Amino acid sequence: MRTLGTSKRAAELAADVTDFRAVRGRSLFRDAMGRFLSNKAAMASVIVLGLIVLFVLFGPFFAQYSNEEIDWTRMGDIRGQGMPSFETGHFFGLDELGRDLYSRTIQATRTSLLVGLIGAAAALVIGTAWGVIAGYYGGKLDSAMMRIVDILLAIPLTLVLILILVVAGRSFIALFLGLGAVSWLTMARIVRGQTLTLKTREFIEAARAGGVSETKIITRHILPNLIGVVIVYASLLVPEMILAESFISFLGLGISEPHTSLGRLIAEGAGTMNYGTLWQLAFPLFFYVTIIITMFFIGDGLRDALDPKDR
Amino acid sequence: MTRTTKLALAALLSSTVLATPAAMAQTETHPETGETLAEDQTFTYRMLDDVSSLDPQIVEDVNGSDIVRNLFEGLMNQAADGTLVPGVATDYEVSDDNLTYTFTLRDDAVWSNGDPVTAGDFVFAWRRAAAPETASPYQWFVELMSIENAAAIIAGDMEPEELGVRAVDDKTFEVTLSTPLPYFPQMTTHSTTFPAPQSVIEEHGASWTQPENMVSNGAYTLSEFNPGERIVLERNENYWDNENTILDRVVALIINDENVALTRYQAGELDRTEVPAGQFPRLKEEYPEEAVSFPRLCNYYYTFNLSESGPEAFKDPNVRKALALAIDRDIITENVKAGGEPPAYTFTPEAVAGFTPPTTEMAEMTQAERDEMARELLAEAGYGEDNPLSFDMIYNTSESHEKIAVVMSQMWKQKLGVQANLANMEWKVFLDTRGQQDFEMARGAWCGDYNEASTFLDLLQSDSGYNDGKYANEEYDALLAEAKTAEDTSPLYTEAEQIIAEDMPVIPIYHYAGVYMLDSDVGNWPVDNVEQNWYAKDLYKIAE
Amino acid sequence: MFFYTLRRLLVAVPTILLLVVAAFFMIQVAPGGPFTSERPLPPEVLANIEAQYGLDQPLWKQLFDYFYNIVVHFDFGPSFVQKDRNVNEIIANGFPISLTYGTLSFLAATLVGVTLGIAAAIRHNSWIDYAAVSLGIAAQALPNFIMGPILILTFTLWLGWLPGGGWNGGQWEYLIMPVIALATSYMGSIARITRSSMLEVMNANFVRTARAKGLPSRTIIWRHAMKPTLLPVISYLGPVFVYVLTGSVFVDLYFSTGGLGQDFVNSALTRDYAVLLGVTILYGALTVIVNLLTDLAYAWFDPKIRY
Repeated sequence: MRTLGTSKRAAELAADVTDFRAVRGRSLFRDAMGRFLSNKAAMASVIVLGLIVLFVLFGPFFAQYSNEEIDWTRMGDIRGQGMPSFETGHFFGLDELGRDLYSRTIQATRTSLLVGLIGAAAALVIGTAWGVIAGYYGGKLDSAMMRIVDILLAIPLTLVLILILVVAGRSFIALFLGLGAVSWLTMARIVRGQTLTLKTREFIEAARAGGVSETKIITRHILPNLIGVVIVYASLLVPEMILAESFISFLGLGISEPHTSLGRLIAEGAGTMNYGTLWQLAFPLFFYVTIIITMFFIGDGLRDALDPKDR
Repeated sequence: MTRTTKLALAALLSSTVLATPAAMAQTETHPETGETLAEDQTFTYRMLDDVSSLDPQIVEDVNGSDIVRNLFEGLMNQAADGTLVPGVATDYEVSDDNLTYTFTLRDDAVWSNGDPVTAGDFVFAWRRAAAPETASPYQWFVELMSIENAAAIIAGDMEPEELGVRAVDDKTFEVTLSTPLPYFPQMTTHSTTFPAPQSVIEEHGASWTQPENMVSNGAYTLSEFNPGERIVLERNENYWDNENTILDRVVALIINDENVALTRYQAGELDRTEVPAGQFPRLKEEYPEEAVSFPRLCNYYYTFNLSESGPEAFKDPNVRKALALAIDRDIITENVKAGGEPPAYTFTPEAVAGFTPPTTEMAEMTQAERDEMARELLAEAGYGEDNPLSFDMIYNTSESHEKIAVVMSQMWKQKLGVQANLANMEWKVFLDTRGQQDFEMARGAWCGDYNEASTFLDLLQSDSGYNDGKYANEEYDALLAEAKTAEDTSPLYTEAEQIIAEDMPVIPIYHYAGVYMLDSDVGNWPVDNVEQNWYAKDLYKIAE
Repeated sequence: MFFYTLRRLLVAVPTILLLVVAAFFMIQVAPGGPFTSERPLPPEVLANIEAQYGLDQPLWKQLFDYFYNIVVHFDFGPSFVQKDRNVNEIIANGFPISLTYGTLSFLAATLVGVTLGIAAAIRHNSWIDYAAVSLGIAAQALPNFIMGPILILTFTLWLGWLPGGGWNGGQWEYLIMPVIALATSYMGSIARITRSSMLEVMNANFVRTARAKGLPSRTIIWRHAMKPTLLPVISYLGPVFVYVLTGSVFVDLYFSTGGLGQDFVNSALTRDYAVLLGVTILYGALTVIVNLLTDLAYAWFDPKIRY
């Protein structure tokens, strides 16, 4: 299991971004966009990831079989008749049980992308809310909230994930709950730090002096200025979530049939690697690795774009 | 004599001296079969998981029992075909009322520390198994053996000393039963009944099973116990039949992943491993000598929840029958498991001794006929396109269970338009849910405790604690009650199966097979022992 | 610094306590108990067993006894599943194994990762850079559990060089595959972090100044750039060390090493909660200590930080 959501490296990267001047306004985003567009690796990754998303969306229209249907005539001889083929309509071959791997890979890719996005989104929402409240109101509330984060950070994540999945049973909800529960901590820390600095800025002071309500200050002035950090950090979280889900699947605690995820397909394919059915590993692994790598590059690209001091 | 010749002679001499034992070992042959024996008599096999215990009275898992059976020896042993042969006891006598068994112990039976094995060791062990303080999960086995006062001792109403066992003298062990039990002698091959060394247990407490403390009376002693890695047994020189024991060493390697285990088998690290589901046909082709499959005393089924909490649809036998009929068992046994498992149309495996399966309608039909009948029955029950049947089926998380559940649900969906929603649960959650009748349809499997049909049929008795589907049929219960004391049980069991086939409270899917990769240099593996109780002392390694 | 350390350690105690209590109640909430089995035990047998392990007591009493035995006897209780062993023995047996291959993996990942990262940064945009970056990304993007079967197939079946698993007292040939499997993905991340950190440092003003002064690049790299380069790497290494030790269940499963990772996961699945709690305490304490050491190391490397 990786340093899911707590990697200080991500904190470090995100901290770099904090240097940008909050008061610079809209043009900053245009600059950032320009920098991102000129980053070849990141743009290539966006295109590749876009193609994968298109594949997930439109791939099912070309599928000859559903993801749960068993090909009864071929299931007895997967090794001999189950290989990828245009003739049989099984473009990615069959899995161990005679189901169409093309449909299953599409469904698994969709699950993994969702896990990554929703997991990261959950971390983003909880972490930001927690961090902003702690940072903005400060004082005892701040130290109590941050102490809780510190305590949670000391818990081995594997333990939390296993316990949640054991107690709550295996479902999408439990999975997101488990992943969300362990990944918002660092986000909360970063956001709090950001909020603390922002709070002392002149424009906030001015707003406050002008009698703007606290909720309005938070929503109008603090949150917009946090977007950069939060986006960078969330984009780094997406691959971490997908990796974490694959680890859970490996332990047999992932989502249940007929749904599947890339982690599950890979774990299954890895088991049968030596039995002459390598395609069962190759296709899911290809999509998995591609998604992770493109997410890495996009995350790095965003960081570089939003962090002008590097150039 | 010149110097060179002297040297040459010396070399020759020394080489002969050195070579002799080796040469002898090499030419050593098996006394009965005449096969040449291998020099290294080590048997290495794969074990799925850690053992629950190495204490004969406490051990509860199959892996642990396999080890304990090689460390300790009970009153009786099983031969390669599963029949009883003398163990520590040379023979036994039964009283006329069939309630008292008197075992005569052999004079030369000793513990690995040299102490003689006495009737007192058995008395100690059996009391220990029943005593509440031992906290043995197999206390019920003592009760199942019908030993006098066992139930009261387990309930805490009597002292363990009052158990119906007695050392008449050092070499005579007497057991008193509360009711006659025809298969009682068979039960003395079970690890719970093995003797235990009182002085050692009292000296070391729970850690008496550590290699440095353990004293055992079987053909092997414990030499290494590394949880999560390996267990090693070495020949016990004090064993009474040590002379006829060929295998020197038994190594159990704990390998959790069956595919990794197979890889390591192929790399030559193991002599025996389980074949992963579906891989048997390919392996049989590649290694015809080594891939073996033989019937075992286990069944695999799905049970309907027939209790209050179960769905209304399953209360209709026609629905249950339709679902059972639509399962193409041949596809499951040939394409999913593919390990030579027999498809099941009865609850009790055919391999069980003294069991004659009834000729049921279902077993006789072709699958097309079954499907046709299933459609008719379901329509009769009022389910069809406008009123589709839908239910949840639960099973515990495992790749192989999942495959079978998926295949079953697809068969129902395609043939009958029935929607079965799969829900896999982690093992403990699954057991808890099933035990509380919080399900609609659930997976079940059972391995016989002894080679007799009642070990299976008892499960569906209305007051059985294992009857998770809460099936209740008075006629069925009466048949089983009658079988407890009947002379000829076979027709009764056949009749009971007939009732199951009519009522269909469970859907039998297949009966287990032992599917192994077994190195062809392992001699005398008991493929005919349906309980798969194997004794390392009866095995040997053939020279390649 | 001393008081800071002391304060952190003092905070750790209630943290771990809270963690244990939470884990205790969570496992109670989970369906099924340690003695739930395929063959349901007759109620009187179950009662005997539970009485023997003290599970018939009220929960607060169980929890109290648990802490009492730890504090007074340093006894973490019996295992409900591996009945011949108690938690002290299980940890004493498994932890040294996890620690051995964990530490070796950590060292391997750090050494190879940092070397690769620095090599890539120094030869920025050369083939070395591209090779290192690709290697790092590939290593990081593969799910680490997949390394198990790949290594065993390659080194045990095809090449026949290494035993396919086991521990054997930690002999080197048994260590190689677990260490590689565990180190790979961290090696990838460490390489990437080192590279980007080094690139940043090489662009910093003080390095430019040093270069302008005509100092040889070797001196610049080793004397000036090294420390700031390693700062972010160090803050990443702390959590990695904890994960290498706590997340190594796949190594135990594939390579039969007998480490604690497997006991940890199994204890949660079998509701063997004395073992679960014992390992949780150990892992919690380890996490706290490693986090503290990381912060101290960070302070030592970066004189700007004072506690």
